Amino acid sequence: MTKTVTIAHGNGGEENNELIKNIFYKHFKNEILEKSEDAAVIENGKLAFTTDSFTVSPLFFPGGDIGKLAVCGTCNDLAMMGAKPKYMTCSVIIEEGFSTRDLEKIVKSMKKELEINGAIVVSGDTKVVPKGSVDKLFINTTGIGEIEHAGISASNIKEGMSILVSRDVGTHGATIFAAREGIELESSLQTDCASLYPQVKALIDAGIKLVAVRDATRGGVSAVLNEWAKASDICIEIEEESVPVQEEVRGICEMLGFEAVDLANEGTFVLAVNEDDTSKALDILQQTHQSASILGKATLQHKTKVILHSSWGTKRFLDLPTGELLPRIC
Amino acid sequence: MTLELKNLYDDFRDGDTIKAYAKIIAEDAKKLKKPINIMEVCGGHTHTIMKFGLPQLLPDNVNFIHGPGCPVCIMPKERIDHAYVLAMQDNVILVTLGDMIKVPGSNGSLQDARAKGADVRFVYSPMECIKIAQENPSKKVIFFAIGFETTTPMTAVLVEQVIKQKIPNIFFHINHVTVPEVMVELIDSRDVHVDSYNNQIDAFLGPSHVSVISGSKIYDKFPKDYGRPVVVTGFEPVDAMQGISMIVKQFIHERCELEIQYKRVVNHEGNLKAQALIETYFEKMSLFRWRGLGNVPDSGLKLKKEFADYYAEILYKEILPIAEIEDHKLCICGDILRGMAKPHECTIFGTACKPTTPIGSCMVSSEGACAAYYKYGNLL
Repeated sequence: MTKTVTIAHGNGGEENNELIKNIFYKHFKNEILEKSEDAAVIENGKLAFTTDSFTVSPLFFPGGDIGKLAVCGTCNDLAMMGAKPKYMTCSVIIEEGFSTRDLEKIVKSMKKELEINGAIVVSGDTKVVPKGSVDKLFINTTGIGEIEHAGISASNIKEGMSILVSRDVGTHGATIFAAREGIELESSLQTDCASLYPQVKALIDAGIKLVAVRDATRGGVSAVLNEWAKASDICIEIEEESVPVQEEVRGICEMLGFEAVDLANEGTFVLAVNEDDTSKALDILQQTHQSASILGKATLQHKTKVILHSSWGTKRFLDLPTGELLPRIC
Repeated sequence: MTLELKNLYDDFRDGDTIKAYAKIIAEDAKKLKKPINIMEVCGGHTHTIMKFGLPQLLPDNVNFIHGPGCPVCIMPKERIDHAYVLAMQDNVILVTLGDMIKVPGSNGSLQDARAKGADVRFVYSPMECIKIAQENPSKKVIFFAIGFETTTPMTAVLVEQVIKQKIPNIFFHINHVTVPEVMVELIDSRDVHVDSYNNQIDAFLGPSHVSVISGSKIYDKFPKDYGRPVVVTGFEPVDAMQGISMIVKQFIHERCELEIQYKRVVNHEGNLKAQALIETYFEKMSLFRWRGLGNVPDSGLKLKKEFADYYAEILYKEILPIAEIEDHKLCICGDILRGMAKPHECTIFGTACKPTTPIGSCMVSSEGACAAYYKYGNLL
């Protein structure tokens, strides 16, 4: 562990896990926390409970803003445990001098997203801090949801199960990167930021058994697959050609030297189902996004690892992303 | 028809074409009299080779030696310390390119400096410095310039604009290095461990983007004076496979030539305008110390004397450390860069030395040989 916290410790990858394990888990240790799921399952499996903080810069970006993100992020964590989002809290830390008009715009966009989830904000907090103490606005939301499909877990994946993704990957990360200071690429890309409960509900209603579900936020699809491979002590084998990536995202990745599977998403999830449910699950996912795809399946090849197969017969490990994402030099 | 970005790479990643080249190489390689070792000089090639799993497609008698062409990896610690010290000065904004901010010096990396409150920024184009300087007129913007021939013209354009526009608050710390000089060093250098000149390099895969600027002419002397064929090759897997195939064919036909695989962009002369721009502002440094390799004559660039007013290395001379800092004793990066060893032969590879805690130069940037082996190569 390094002596000071660096940006890399918040990347959703290896350093991030190290920080959580060595400091937070060490002291907060309990059975529920150690399951390390998207949301904690409490009250004998009836409720899902989660929290998330949002610090995105810029606050407004193509296809969304920090408010939409703050509701989607927390509600999606609940949906990923098969829960219907019900009650939320909303805490904001505002930098002195922030525009009230922008604040209202953000809150309105939160309201719109709450309606999609059928959730309400029932408690909140407001802090204003001197200029320079935070970057414009930080939001924390906490949510409680009612579990409609029990037993979803990252550690239940067995040999032969199929791994699917709900849409093309990496759009949020690429959009934010393109809009960042120092990069400033012009593109018509929009973030994938969206509430996932409606899609999860459609899968549940169709009678599909959801083995594992996780939204591929920081660390992208790579992080989810690696966490699953470890948690389930299984190998996940993926066909590189079946990973859906929008042309524009691919272009940005090519230019900057990124891999789309490492980039963050805010409305994309990975799903593990029994082999029998595969085509039905794909049909349902494709009703929302035509780009949904079967990535590959769980095998016993190299337990705890993710293997990527190329169309010319080579293979390699797909590792957890490490470090801060930085554009390549030449 | 409009040209889309995907047109630039789609065909060059075509599975069937790659497989076809693998077949040609395997057939040709049967006629080789002895195994050949091809050095891909550039880290970008190392990355391509490992990411696309190309060694899995090659016969046993065609091997890769991973070269020193990663601008971040070859930066000696004392120069990283320069960046760190400059970044920690009051009223300084230190600007550099991508991966550079991750590399640890003896006090830590630029990321650590940033965590301690230093203003460190990375840019995709050095020209961004102008905007940063204009937005922060009371601060000094120091551009920590790194890279081979590929990125040098971008720094030269920035120098030109700073002078033309009379921008008072942009300064330069120059760490540009050149490819042919280090290739000569690798062929000629005496290895201290085994006390011999016995390098293993039979041929070179030349980086295409360097030749976009400098032309293929910079490699004329390698087939002629050193008996080593060079094929200037692109960075997509089909490019790399074609480049390797061209090298193998030279050996079976007993030719020793300079060839260009990447004909769609590279020619013999290169970009003369860019070369003139580099000439205007830069001159050779008599020695540049490469991490893992030591001092290499004429391999570094510095700003010419008449531009000393912009040269951070002179302006901040008193606070910049000069002592050379050696790498960890167990680190074998020097041997890896000379082709004497592979990353997994190092005792600290993947244990004490990992991308998150790099000890040697080759683990530092994603384009270093050790980092590429760590990330992609575990299946081999």
